[in-house]
Amino acid sequence: MIKTLSITKTVHEWLFSVMPEGVATVVEWVLIAALYLAFFALAGLLLVWMERRIAAFFQLRLGPNRVGPAGLFQTIADALKLVTKELTGTARADKFLYNLAPYFVIVAALVSLSVLPFSASLQAFDINIGVFFIMAVSSIGVIGILLGGWASNNKYSLIGAMRSGLQTVSYELSVGLSILTMVLLAGSLQISEIVEAQRTGGWFILQGHIPAVIAFMIFMIAGTAETNRAPFDMVEAESELGAGFHTEYSGMKFAYFFLAEFINMFIIAAVAVTIFFGAYLSPFGITESLPWLGVVWFMLKVLVVIFLMMWFRWTFPRLRVDQLLTLEWKYLLPLNLMNIVLMAVIIWLNWTI
Amino acid sequence: MEQIVNDSFKTQEYFINMGPQHPATHGVLRLILTIDGEIIKNVEPDLGYIHRSIEKMCERDSYQQIVHLTDRMDYLSAHINNEAVCLTVEKALELEVTERVKVIRTIVGELTRLASHMLWWGVMGMDLGALTSYFYAFRDREMINDIFEETCGARLTMNYNIPGGLMFDIHPNFVRRTKEFIEHFRTKLPEYDRLLTGNVIFQKRTKGIGVLTREQAISYGASGPVARGSGFASDIRKRHPYSAYDRVDFKEALYTEGDNLARYKVRIDEMWESMNIIEQLIDNIPEGDYQTPTKAVIKLPKGEYYQRVETARGELGVYINSTGTKNPYRMKFRSPGFSNLSLLNEIVVGGKIGDLVATMATIDIVVPDIDR
Repeated sequence: MIKTLSITKTVHEWLFSVMPEGVATVVEWVLIAALYLAFFALAGLLLVWMERRIAAFFQLRLGPNRVGPAGLFQTIADALKLVTKELTGTARADKFLYNLAPYFVIVAALVSLSVLPFSASLQAFDINIGVFFIMAVSSIGVIGILLGGWASNNKYSLIGAMRSGLQTVSYELSVGLSILTMVLLAGSLQISEIVEAQRTGGWFILQGHIPAVIAFMIFMIAGTAETNRAPFDMVEAESELGAGFHTEYSGMKFAYFFLAEFINMFIIAAVAVTIFFGAYLSPFGITESLPWLGVVWFMLKVLVVIFLMMWFRWTFPRLRVDQLLTLEWKYLLPLNLMNIVLMAVIIWLNWTI
Repeated sequence: MEQIVNDSFKTQEYFINMGPQHPATHGVLRLILTIDGEIIKNVEPDLGYIHRSIEKMCERDSYQQIVHLTDRMDYLSAHINNEAVCLTVEKALELEVTERVKVIRTIVGELTRLASHMLWWGVMGMDLGALTSYFYAFRDREMINDIFEETCGARLTMNYNIPGGLMFDIHPNFVRRTKEFIEHFRTKLPEYDRLLTGNVIFQKRTKGIGVLTREQAISYGASGPVARGSGFASDIRKRHPYSAYDRVDFKEALYTEGDNLARYKVRIDEMWESMNIIEQLIDNIPEGDYQTPTKAVIKLPKGEYYQRVETARGELGVYINSTGTKNPYRMKFRSPGFSNLSLLNEIVVGGKIGDLVATMATIDIVVPDIDR
């Protein structure tokens, strides 16, 4: 049990002792990629099941509870259905772009997953621009949305894609600035440093009291808006025109967009947990003697934040598109800028806890 | 120079069909929208997708059979529709129904109004994106449907009223179950109010949107909550009382702003008033016959007869032109939805598509009522 955390080291050393260096590196890359793909699929499965059960409980009904224990295998059944569906395409759609679009969103989601700190030693990339890297890569997903809408050759998809791209790009600003507020407190963009700074002083949301709480609220709002989830899902609302940019996609390609949306939600929640709630650290350090519990704490915290996002979805009505943008540009952005100044002042005056 | 720039940047309006099958139009209604980007320039409703020639069928049916056709019109106020035809026929025959019948008709009509407004509330939340409200509304509506099923035998097309009275007497459990329901619902309605009405997002989607002035309401013939939200006090239960409405005490819900939020609040207030009316009547249902016998074949004397009632949508008028035979010569229904829908173009032009959805939800039409 205690050896779990050095399993990465053991495997690494064994690989390098058995094969020449170049091959060992490549094999290591392939292994890590396979692990992340598996995690991507499993996380998607879990999140979809969670969404359906939680939505059902909010709506006074039970949700899927037949397929597998408590309905856990329902998503596998759905995935099987999607895989066997006919891949329709419109007649004059641009074939290359139409097929390419889903891969952009998947790549963006997967690459962002790789820098998340699941535990002190379970982090694939610990580069020195950690959080900034996540922001940059999630912007690639916007290209996928726009391409998908354009290549569908359908005017409703195009409108939906334009709206969605606009919304994502606007709210990225707020997400970035909220992250910046907490980076001020940590003093570094590198994720492991951000988490280690929370080990000694307490979680950042407590350390940076007022500006940190404001930053968290803005981050939750902007993060929900960036993944096009309700109450900001005017673009893909059923009672509006069509289903947005993925109207013309069916089968596995639709599954890609669908999964990518859930993984994006996971990433936003994971970033929130990392910079506000001390990723894999236990509250008050109660289980620091068993470092392998870090993964459990991380997943628990992420699931709580995801539950919060699902709660929003099933309670609030939708904002109209222009109200959405007004909210960002006229309210959240100025508030965010003032918050950064406030945080800087508080740090300078040494008033953090 | 300016001319050239303006010409080359001229945007084009284009047509979009909110087609007959659409989650936001409450029924098979086709709206032809002319939009410029997001702004709506023109809305044209295209009706007729559920026209079933009810008025023509009435010309060959007997009066008892006509009652069965009317609750397919506005199926959410089925009892009240039936009551309208029965009242017209009774007016023509100069038939007095017993007090018991009047009181039971009122109670059952108000329960129907509650059920209809519950469904409206749930669908309104759903159209605006709060998908959970639909389930809460239907849970309570199921309780009303169960009460009706026990007494009338059906959950949607009740056919409980007949010319001369009621088809059967009320079930022994009716009074008890109705009282239980009212008690239960009195605790739930404030919860629902808090969920939607106080919500900032909801208010931004409904306040100041779809404004209908009082003059417009009167000139388009709006009725029901649509008119009362604009300050036009047109509640028929107060102005031309029928059945037992003259002996109950209730307030008429009236707001003057004329926007979506005002119409919303009118219906919520109407739900409170319906509960008050039922509570005043439920304990003292007078004893008596539940039917005044009529001839098996009803023949109305020659002439024209008109009766108006207040359904959950607005003013329903029933006009019978009889030549003395057993079928009417002409039967016309003045449907509230038709007039209420005609003002849609006036109040959504210049707004956005999201506003159209919210306004359609507050006008609350049921398309079979319009198309008949």
